[in-house]
Amino acid sequence: MTTAPILEVKRLEKRFGAVVAATGIDVEVRPRDRIGIIGTNGAGKTTFVNMVTGYLEPSGGDIRFEGRSVLGRPPREVTRLGICRSFQVPQVFGSRTVLENLVMALALAEATGLALLADPWTSDRAERARRTLAEYGIGDQADREAGLVSQGVRKLLDIAMAMAHRPKILLLDEPTSGVSQEEKLAIMATVMEALDREGVTVLFVEHDMDIVARYAGRVLAFMEGRIIADGPPQDALNHPKVLEVIVGEGSFSGARATQREPADA
Amino acid sequence: MSAAPSATLAAAPASARPTRSRSPVLPITIGAVLVIAAGFAVPAWLLTILLFALFRAMVVLGLIVLLRAGLVSFGQALYFAVGAYAVGFLSRAGVNDALVRVLAGALAAGALGLVLGFLLRRYRGIFFAMLSLAFSMILYGLLVKSESLGSTDGFAIHATTYAGYAPDRSSERFALLVLSSVVAWAGAIAVALYLRGTLGRLAEAVRDNEIRVEYLGASVAMAVHVKYVIAATLAGVGGALAAMVIGHVDPAMAYWTNSGEFVFVMILSGSGSVFAPFLGALVFELIHAVATHYSPGAWRIILGSALLAAIMFVPGGLWSLMPKARRS
Amino acid sequence: MNALVPILIDGLNYSAWLFIVAVGMTLIFGVMRVLNIAHGSLYAVGAYVAATLIGRWFDADLPAFGSFGLIFASAIGVGLVLGLVLEQGLLRFLHGRDEIAIVLATFAVFLILEDVVLLIWGTDAYPAYQPYGLLGTSSIGGIAFTNYDFSLVVLALVVGGAAWWALNRTRMGKLLLIVIHDREMAQALGINVRLVYPATFAIGAMLAALGGAYSAPMISVSPGIGVDVIILSFAVVVIGGLGSIEGAMIGAVMVGLTRAASVHLAPQFELFVIYAIMTLVLIVRPQGLFMRAQARKI
Repeated sequence: MTTAPILEVKRLEKRFGAVVAATGIDVEVRPRDRIGIIGTNGAGKTTFVNMVTGYLEPSGGDIRFEGRSVLGRPPREVTRLGICRSFQVPQVFGSRTVLENLVMALALAEATGLALLADPWTSDRAERARRTLAEYGIGDQADREAGLVSQGVRKLLDIAMAMAHRPKILLLDEPTSGVSQEEKLAIMATVMEALDREGVTVLFVEHDMDIVARYAGRVLAFMEGRIIADGPPQDALNHPKVLEVIVGEGSFSGARATQREPADA
Repeated sequence: MSAAPSATLAAAPASARPTRSRSPVLPITIGAVLVIAAGFAVPAWLLTILLFALFRAMVVLGLIVLLRAGLVSFGQALYFAVGAYAVGFLSRAGVNDALVRVLAGALAAGALGLVLGFLLRRYRGIFFAMLSLAFSMILYGLLVKSESLGSTDGFAIHATTYAGYAPDRSSERFALLVLSSVVAWAGAIAVALYLRGTLGRLAEAVRDNEIRVEYLGASVAMAVHVKYVIAATLAGVGGALAAMVIGHVDPAMAYWTNSGEFVFVMILSGSGSVFAPFLGALVFELIHAVATHYSPGAWRIILGSALLAAIMFVPGGLWSLMPKARRS
Repeated sequence: MNALVPILIDGLNYSAWLFIVAVGMTLIFGVMRVLNIAHGSLYAVGAYVAATLIGRWFDADLPAFGSFGLIFASAIGVGLVLGLVLEQGLLRFLHGRDEIAIVLATFAVFLILEDVVLLIWGTDAYPAYQPYGLLGTSSIGGIAFTNYDFSLVVLALVVGGAAWWALNRTRMGKLLLIVIHDREMAQALGINVRLVYPATFAIGAMLAALGGAYSAPMISVSPGIGVDVIILSFAVVVIGGLGSIEGAMIGAVMVGLTRAASVHLAPQFELFVIYAIMTLVLIVRPQGLFMRAQARKI
């Protein structure tokens, strides 16, 4: 492992008043890493994702992407640099069709300045969008309103939209939460296959330890705003603290995974 | 920023579907030609109604650009009045040319919109509506107390000339109709093209989900700002036309009830098509004319009832009732 | 320096008037998320009803001080009847629609009521000056003031005190405070919207009507008195923070004193300053002075 890190997070800290949501976070991410982020609700996982993507300003520390600090940049600039994300609750344009959502995402990724005045519906773009939707296994949903399709479809659309910018790093915030147990594996299989093709570096927040063990090459375990374990899955998942607090907590149940994380916001 | 999106208000009907739609130029041109042709045929009172409907529709055209993003300005009378007073100042300076007047109204309002936009683009929902109202009332307050501008009475505007040609009294109204139609033609085409572009379509995206827009690398603030300036400019054009049609400007043009009437026409029209404001404004002026003729004391009762009915029963606006817009 | 006393007195008087009208508007918004443009119409109807009754009262040569009872009776009657009619007949059906649609619906009600008032009372002014002189005059720093004006300040304090007491010391009031500050919590607690909304709207409407009724003897009750009330209350309510009672008080005092100062020192800026203050406050604190900014969750 001699490649330079694509993302370096140093002594990252976030406080909300007296509440410490993250402290002393040090992470080095290398190109093509597959990192699973685990932790109980409120452990600081989403806060971490929010800080890396510019949604939350850290109280201290630094975030460097390809050697440059991205601190203080809003989400749209971070996105344009090549760090994209998906959301725990899928963020789609509910009143538009699935296809329109993706075409808009592609148009915004490809047009700037005056080109934004042009019609986003070029036949090439519509074609690519349909192909992508097919790759994500939701081609048959293309013409349905995004607000009306199933949560699983929305999750995949959310990720497909995040990929419109051809990011170098993709952060997935609980890609399988809120969907049925059977759908989970299908979603992960579809997504990971697509991401492999693109060669994207991936960090994914996940409650399901089976999925983590299966798809992560490396695991970051969060607890109370700190990283308590960082290493290959077999090591990290067997770390005594992780076993006790995270794995042993019974995070496998579907009901649990649908809960939101109030303390993280 | 936690906006309550005006989903029910701004629900764009299925006709706004972005399949590769036909060019808007031809239907809009046909519409403008029809209006001008109507000018030959209709009686004088109806000509006046057409003129009023056209300048009102220009303001509403701008409002629907905002409405698509879920934003409702309750202060569009500000830009309407700025456009009108721009013509007023020109008239006082002896500049009566139609083109110069329209451009001056557009520029003055657009420039003010650009400045105030830096502030207003931070607001959504009720705060956006009320802050725009506040700005219009500031202007109203200033105009009312400006004795040099005639205070509450305002002042009269010289008749309009067209590149040196000064129509006589009999053809004055018709000339204004041609002017208004041409301006409306240009405005409607510009807005139709804008709404088809990525930036225009971003409106619904902003209304649906601002976080997603930012995470697609686009600036919500910029998108809102552009829409705000477009709306201000069109309101300024509407005001300039109004000043020429009415031949007079006064502070009531900036008053909040005037903004309310614009919003009313917007609700009546819906945001489904650039034709909608023209239809809505025409219906509004006809109701106005009929009501004031037959029961002047109950004009606002009729207006209010129509508005209530529109809100309760036709949330997509009159345009959503057109058969063509019905296809899903 | 010699302008200071009249500015303070006028400003206080004006603040009191503003507070009485604005507090109803902010209460209704806080609880129901309805920015009620028809508030100004309720004010106007309150003023007209009070003026009419006072006129009859003095025509019939009844005991003069009884006219104060008429003022309050008008406010309660108008607020109760119109408030319940509007809430039950209209707003109930708009429950759950977005705020802008509801604002426009109340704008429609305002338009309708403006003409209804004209149809009932015509274009003539209704004088109801009699109670104005009943409380006598006093003099401060050699300048004479009418005590009725001061009684308006007392009334505002009573209204403010009552609102504070009701919200902080009664069960119903505490429930309302929960609704104002935490919608989700209110739903979780199962607050009875079918009871709370009509009650809130009727109380707010009574306050608007009280503002009008108590002002009737001080002004000439004539068409159009409701229009300015709306935008002035908006300014006050937005400055204080939509839904905040204490905010309405501070907003009313700020607007009242500023306007009085402007009237005495620079009358051409009278309307201008009110909205300039509102704009400045919104620039600095978009939620108004007294409302907490809402956190956005993703």
